[in-house]
Amino acid sequence: MGDGERVWMTPEEVRADIRDGSADAARRGKIPELSDEEQERIFAIQADPSRIVSVEPGQEVIVTDDGCSMSFYSGQDGGGVGVPLSRMQAALTYERACGADTTSLGHSDYSYKPVKSIINFEANEYYNISQVSTAPFFYGAQPNLGLYFQPDGPCPNAAELMPLGKIDEARASQERAADYLTDDLVFVGKKLAEVGLEGLNFDTCGSAGDADFLAALRAVEKLKKAVPDLPILMGGSGEFVIGMHGELEYNGKRLAGMYTFDQAKAVEAAGADIYGMAVNTVTTESVPWNLARAVTYLKATVEAVDIPVHANVGMGVCGVPMMEQPPIDSVTRVSKTLVQLGKADGL
Amino acid sequence: MGMSIAHIMASCMGGIRTAGDLVAWMQMTRKMKIQEAKAYVAKKLGIELIDLTNEEVMRDIRKDLKIGTVTSIAGGPKGILAKKKIAELLDINIRSVDLFKSQFD
Repeated sequence: MGDGERVWMTPEEVRADIRDGSADAARRGKIPELSDEEQERIFAIQADPSRIVSVEPGQEVIVTDDGCSMSFYSGQDGGGVGVPLSRMQAALTYERACGADTTSLGHSDYSYKPVKSIINFEANEYYNISQVSTAPFFYGAQPNLGLYFQPDGPCPNAAELMPLGKIDEARASQERAADYLTDDLVFVGKKLAEVGLEGLNFDTCGSAGDADFLAALRAVEKLKKAVPDLPILMGGSGEFVIGMHGELEYNGKRLAGMYTFDQAKAVEAAGADIYGMAVNTVTTESVPWNLARAVTYLKATVEAVDIPVHANVGMGVCGVPMMEQPPIDSVTRVSKTLVQLGKADGL
Repeated sequence: MGMSIAHIMASCMGGIRTAGDLVAWMQMTRKMKIQEAKAYVAKKLGIELIDLTNEEVMRDIRKDLKIGTVTSIAGGPKGILAKKKIAELLDINIRSVDLFKSQFD
């Protein structure tokens, strides 16, 4: 299930969930459902008797990450296993012992705002590790607009203003917060670029709504003007952008309610190099239902843009169960299906 | 943590075990989709696409080209020295390498 529970299903039930999951995405996104043949291929992967499955030889893709090396030394909040390793040791272990295609560094809070005040520490750490790492080495964090609202930040709290009917004030506050966020994203990106940053990851953009997503798009634009050769990966936070503001637009298109295929177009237009697609896992539905839904969105998204699309496959996205310790049988089935059926350029 | 490793085992190209890092550089620096990136790297290495994830083939290539091997060989290039070779091999700019080279002047 989407919450990690192990359940027994008949073949008919699995096929029905695959059909319904794909239909749900098609109805919401106004995109094509998966064909009968594609649904049957998903069924075959789900029904594989092996506990762990993998893509066929030659179909492997690039696996980027969102601070996976942090999981060596962090605690449960970050999915971490609490091994006492330094950040450099963790990144190199991930690169060499795990054979990861890329590695990354991130602040424990995994938001850009707290990085700003310790940027010199982060730049020093990044530079030192970049001298000994061989695989592409990203710096990553989330824009996380929520940190710019009171009591954590300077702007009146939009979530408190809206229930009071102060919609205009809430919108104005989000626009102001988005400006601060863009400034911070650009500040951190430029500072790290000075020490040879190989790639920057704006992870989970839009988690606080359309103003959050817009701030990241604008930051990508500004960074690409200032540092044209800086690779930027910009990922979403769900299958559609939440309309906390509701009226914000990018290139004339409203961000609120924007689905993955249009998110990808906006990210491409802003100048980012890779788009990370997120589809939230519904915990009360089965893995086949969630996975078929994610694959339906992914197919449409990959076809919509010329930049690589990586499907986000952390806890609770694109069919991976929403729990701290997702079952490996589910994880590998999600992995294989997104690559072979969804045609992801990476994960 | 186990989830990340599961994805690597199920779908990943293998990083510096094979040619995963090289293909990743092409997605990052040239916005190449996966098949285009693989074809570009395979052409540069003079190998078939299927051998990009062939450990037996890629190990010797990485050793010969001095672009870093997954097992540690004393005196063998890793880190920034390997990345310098990778940038030259793939005809791309790697920003950390550019900084490194500028420090020699």
